Amino acid sequence: MNNKTIPHMPSPPKPFYTRIKTWLVLAVVIAIYAWAFSGIPFTGIKQTAWQITKAVFNGLFHPDWNYVYLAEGEDLLRGLAETFAIALFGTTISVFLTIPFAIWASRNLIRTRLFSGASTFTLSLIRTFPDIIMAIIFIKAVGPGAFAGVLTIGINSIGMLGKLNSEAIEDLDMGPSEALKACGANRLQTIWYAIVPQAIPSYLSFALFRLEINVRSAAILGMVGAGGIGTPLLFALEGRTWSRVGVILLGIIVLVTIIDWISGKLRRRLVQGKA
Amino acid sequence: MKPSEGYPVKPSPSLKKWMTLALLLALLWLSVRETEASLSELIGGIPEMGKFIAKMFPPDWKYLRVVLKPMIETIQMAILGTTFGAIFALPISFLAASNVTKGWALRTPARFILNLSRTIPDLLFAALFATVFGYGPLAGMLALSFFSFGILSKWAYEAIETIDNGPMEAMTAVGANKLQWIYFGVIPQVLAQFVGFVMYMFEINIRAAAILGIVGAGGIGIYLNRTLGMFRYDQTVVIILFTLVIVLAIDAVSSRIRGKLI
Amino acid sequence: MIEFKQVSKVYPGGTVGLNNIDLKIEAGEFVVIVGLSGAGKSTLLRSINRLHEITSGDIRIDGKSITSAEGRQLRVMRRGIGMIFQSFNLVKRSSVVRNVLAGRVGYHSTLRTMLGLFPKQDMELAFSALQRVNMLEKAYQRADQLSGGQQQRVSIARALAQEAKIILADEPVASLDPLTTRQVMDDLRRINREMGITTIVNLHFVDLAREYATRIIGVRAGEIVFDGPATEATDEVFSAIYGRPVSEDERLGGRNVEAI
Repeated sequence: MNNKTIPHMPSPPKPFYTRIKTWLVLAVVIAIYAWAFSGIPFTGIKQTAWQITKAVFNGLFHPDWNYVYLAEGEDLLRGLAETFAIALFGTTISVFLTIPFAIWASRNLIRTRLFSGASTFTLSLIRTFPDIIMAIIFIKAVGPGAFAGVLTIGINSIGMLGKLNSEAIEDLDMGPSEALKACGANRLQTIWYAIVPQAIPSYLSFALFRLEINVRSAAILGMVGAGGIGTPLLFALEGRTWSRVGVILLGIIVLVTIIDWISGKLRRRLVQGKA
Repeated sequence: MKPSEGYPVKPSPSLKKWMTLALLLALLWLSVRETEASLSELIGGIPEMGKFIAKMFPPDWKYLRVVLKPMIETIQMAILGTTFGAIFALPISFLAASNVTKGWALRTPARFILNLSRTIPDLLFAALFATVFGYGPLAGMLALSFFSFGILSKWAYEAIETIDNGPMEAMTAVGANKLQWIYFGVIPQVLAQFVGFVMYMFEINIRAAAILGIVGAGGIGIYLNRTLGMFRYDQTVVIILFTLVIVLAIDAVSSRIRGKLI
Repeated sequence: MIEFKQVSKVYPGGTVGLNNIDLKIEAGEFVVIVGLSGAGKSTLLRSINRLHEITSGDIRIDGKSITSAEGRQLRVMRRGIGMIFQSFNLVKRSSVVRNVLAGRVGYHSTLRTMLGLFPKQDMELAFSALQRVNMLEKAYQRADQLSGGQQQRVSIARALAQEAKIILADEPVASLDPLTTRQVMDDLRRINREMGITTIVNLHFVDLAREYATRIIGVRAGEIVFDGPATEATDEVFSAIYGRPVSEDERLGGRNVEAI
């Protein structure tokens, strides 16, 4: 088989219009980026930017350790404790408030399309609503402080939790529900005996996942006055006390890392079905 | 039939379970105290909230003209922030993936950077960059870049770790160097997924960008702060509604593109 | 007694599930329904407790029409009919006894069952049901720790705890191995004989049908094409039901059943 002649090379299967399409997409992308860059003033950087950067790093590497604990209060530890408290309490509230939404949004439990659709819409509206704006509204109601943060997180988390849980319910094995129906159980009994036990592991896992997000959220809600470590952080930034900014940043990093670690471990156990 | 004493007795839950429950309840109780939550305060505050919302109507639609430009700026910040985040996220996700980077000497620091950047919330980045680089969209763009970097690199490296080993082995077998190996063995498998992640990140960033202005980092959030400060809630509501419309519109477009990619 | 009167089922697409079925099943019978998959076995069985709705005709149980029953009435009728599924349909994360007690929920108020406050008689009923299927010592284990055969026996116990007068079993052994298949079928037969519970089983194994049934009903294309004692169901009869010779994978094998 010593065939020396070069066989006819097939040309790549790219018809004319596909190539045109590729070029068009590319042109659109380039245009979008040109437009995006035109909006950001790269030239107007503060003259002092470099100095401040150095100062920030200096502060990060020489944190104000005294701030960690102050006898008279308003220190880092108490700020972090409050941040965690806001996240935990807020998450707990949302975990309970989510239940009706999750059930109403599940298409396998609710036959009336209009009803489940309305719930899905409400959930996506809540998800879209920025938490900071919600915090501002709650501050108007209960005044500035941690409670406003709790309410914000409690309501704002419903959007995501409701969506995740209703999707999880839609994926459940409906066999047990059928069995319960065949036993003469009514709607509520069916949900309680066949859906709830199956849904609990993912329900808890989502709650933990949301707790991780909410700790981060609670850390910044203070910037608009809704309690937690955000308020002293904003003061430190405005007052250019970089060593204090440094210690607060470290505090947030440590808190978030610990919560992520614990929550991740618990979630892994839930997935394995040990709990 | 056996008497009922012969039936098995329900095993009582283990001590560990009780302890966990007790710990959780204690933490929760402390949280309630720490945050000074009170139902009466909430109920008492509802009229206040009602007044606040009542003042939003009728919305001052003419204000739309004023906030159009900052809204455009918000979108531009989100586009660039997502892009820069993605550019830096891809290489580090290769370093962090255990099936691509076999040695721990590179992988451990990569994971450390990745985890570290994920602990810092978007608004905090924004506040930081606003103080360093001055108020304006540049700070917002940088904040979103760092924020996206953390999240995207985590998604990407998790996706890389689940890919099929076959093509990578094939590249090893043909004697490819590391870069060729990644380019031909790994990237084709994760590219579509990664573009999907970037689009989704863009959706998240649009929402984030809208509020960064509260700490001075450009975009429409500055006007949010301004109208709230001047008690012009009828203008605030215009901003909120405008933001919601833009977010929902971009979500719709982006999720359609994502649907086509997969 | 279960009575079908001119029962038909037409699916929304126009496919005929059941075609004008007239059927009478006496109390205490052990009926096996055979037929190819898609012949309407499952539809026939599930129309008895209305897990499937029929489009015309009437189904009566002990003289009462389940077809026209609604709400509470329907649930009361359903709790008198136990059902056993191919995939067991236990709540895998719940304990065995809780799964069995689930059969009692139709007897109590919603609140009471949600709080798990079952009366002592119910507990005894659940335990004696478990004892009957030899699963008593597993009462407080989680259902997902059991083998397939054990899970199916728990679901039989659930039907017993219901104090059902009728048990419907929809392919109860299709996902079990030959040995456990026999154990489950033996349990069903024993319960049928000892407690006089009317038992209706869908099966696709020819030899099992002949071995356990007192009466065999052959279904083909939504119609009953054979109805008679198991002794009359020869290979020729099965070929007629299936529309082709009986193939080897429709026999479970094992015991010497060809002699029957």
